[in-house]
Amino acid sequence: MSTDLHSWGRYPQTAQAGHACPWIDGLTDHINRVVDKHGSSLPYGNGRSYGDSCLASSDQVLQMRALDRFIRTDWQHGIIRVEAGMTLAEILAAAIPQGWFLPVTPGTRFATVGGAIANDVHGKNHHRRGTFGNHVLRFGLLRHGEPARICSASEHPQLFAASIGGLGLTGVINWADLQLMPISASQIDSTTVRFANLAEFFSLSRALDHQHEYSVAWVDCLAKGRETGRGVFIVGDHARYGSLEVAKSSSLNVPFTPPFSLINRLSLRAFNTLYWHAHPATPNQQRSAYEPFFYPLDRLQHWNRIYGRNGFQQYQCVIPEAAAEAALAELLGVIAHSGQGSFLAVLKRCGAVASPGLLSFPLPGTSLALDFPQHDDLNHDLFPRLDAIVRAAGGRLYPAKDAHMSGSDFRQAYPAWEQLEALRDPSLMSRFWKRVIL
Amino acid sequence: MKRVLIIGATSAIATACARLWAAEGSDFFLVARHADKLEITAADLRGRGAKNVVEHRMDATDVAAYPEMLEHCLKALGQIDVALIAHGTLPDQQACERDVNLALQEFANNGTSVIALLTLLANQFETQRCGSLAVISSVAGERGRPSNYLYGAAKAAVSTFSEGLQARLFKVGVHVLTIKPGFVDTPMTQGLNLPAALLAQPAQVAERIVHGIAHKSSTLYTPGFWALIMWVIRSIPQPLFKRLNL
Repeated sequence: MSTDLHSWGRYPQTAQAGHACPWIDGLTDHINRVVDKHGSSLPYGNGRSYGDSCLASSDQVLQMRALDRFIRTDWQHGIIRVEAGMTLAEILAAAIPQGWFLPVTPGTRFATVGGAIANDVHGKNHHRRGTFGNHVLRFGLLRHGEPARICSASEHPQLFAASIGGLGLTGVINWADLQLMPISASQIDSTTVRFANLAEFFSLSRALDHQHEYSVAWVDCLAKGRETGRGVFIVGDHARYGSLEVAKSSSLNVPFTPPFSLINRLSLRAFNTLYWHAHPATPNQQRSAYEPFFYPLDRLQHWNRIYGRNGFQQYQCVIPEAAAEAALAELLGVIAHSGQGSFLAVLKRCGAVASPGLLSFPLPGTSLALDFPQHDDLNHDLFPRLDAIVRAAGGRLYPAKDAHMSGSDFRQAYPAWEQLEALRDPSLMSRFWKRVIL
Repeated sequence: MKRVLIIGATSAIATACARLWAAEGSDFFLVARHADKLEITAADLRGRGAKNVVEHRMDATDVAAYPEMLEHCLKALGQIDVALIAHGTLPDQQACERDVNLALQEFANNGTSVIALLTLLANQFETQRCGSLAVISSVAGERGRPSNYLYGAAKAAVSTFSEGLQARLFKVGVHVLTIKPGFVDTPMTQGLNLPAALLAQPAQVAERIVHGIAHKSSTLYTPGFWALIMWVIRSIPQPLFKRLNL
């Protein structure tokens, strides 16, 4: 039993006791045992949710990572059935040599399949392929005291919709069928170009997004005035010609948590300025392996430790299309003025592909994500100001990243919460849900 | 690509090793006690790139069933490039102190059954004049500690037997590897209160084992720092050791 599980941001710092189950056929009994003993619990994958959505209100979680097996693979059609604790990295390692890739992948390959469904994650191709949930064919769902179910668009469709983006509250997903995407090479052909301000970001995005599978931008969150929102725009596509190669796992590691955050005003300003200037003003074409393109941070294991013992919070919001440019200028203005922020602030325009999930985060518009070292002022000063801008613009925050949003903001932004609450398995409860619902 | 025989194929360390060989497109003959777990394990290896996977149900202490198992194995694989003996239990030491039959049963699970398998497989490898015979022993076999000396004694028998076999088969070109894991985070050790800093993941241990087999190591502590820990523990003089509660 692990007794020291945390969320990725290590804030809030409540340690979780993990109860692991080594075999999928023993999962029902295992859940019963844990729930009977502790009252309630919550499935916990690989701890890649940032805030408190992966923390159980009982602090006793069902550790799913050990359920990491392939159940069935059909490489002819790219359909796989896997246990819910398998990571996306493990899927890629098996699928790439067969000429298949994840149709949607978030910025880390160490998330589990169960977690990817429960948070309905998205990636750099949201404008084309929607969320992870758009590619889930069906999954198994275990609810306390009820027979095992199979959920899909046609079987238990309400539970299917509620579980996609359902934050692990509708039951324990024990396996899932996924539709993969064919590739002819594992390499990515990318084009990088820097932009001088937010207006240029939007014109680049309008010109390039529809031509490319992947599109994302990094912004210098400290740039002010006319330079507000300057950054680097990156588009990419799977190479047509190349080889099918699986990335080697990284050996770089942050071995321990330093007593204080290594991200401070000085290191932040130096990095952001250098990074911006390091990129060319004219489009630069490159070919890279898939791993540095999709998962630049995965190269440094335990990178979350660089924020020190207090941990960090990620702020990720999405603003509807019509209000996006003005609201983002305001958000970036407030952030730059505060002098806080992260090495990697990410801008991404989301598309109109609808997710089957009830509480899916993306909406047609633009999303901004950035990390802040944890500090008392965050929750009392900076975040309330950012929240006010997001609220006024009709945007919303991402539960998978959140440790602060108010209940009223959440319920306003996700009106389907009542449907999820009605379908919630009463034996499952997270700290997040308790915070925003009760 | 290798032709791999695994006894105790559903154990966490064995599975983690098998996954690495599966990614190379290896063939497997998997032996374990529970048919359902075998099936789950075999499906997983196929998903990860294994070519042919044959499942064989057998209780590792059922010595009479060995010849049939080996016959099926050779029919499936042709020859054995790697044999990994990975089955075992973690006995309840205090229960074994009260119950002789339980003690002997646990000694059979972890000691004599391994020796019996090694005896049979050694002859096959001697005929082949190639291949690797790897056996999972334990650091627990290096000193008799009050907390688990029955398990330790069984593993000591395995380590010593394996060392002798190594010297015998080396002359005919067969590699024998004694693997001595420290604390590994597996279902077998679930419920034990092990120090987190010393607890290794099965995947980490497996990488070292697969590397050790490829490079024909003789003895493998895994993780590697256990070589140092055990050097210290072996150096504690008896008069002091018997006063400790390790």
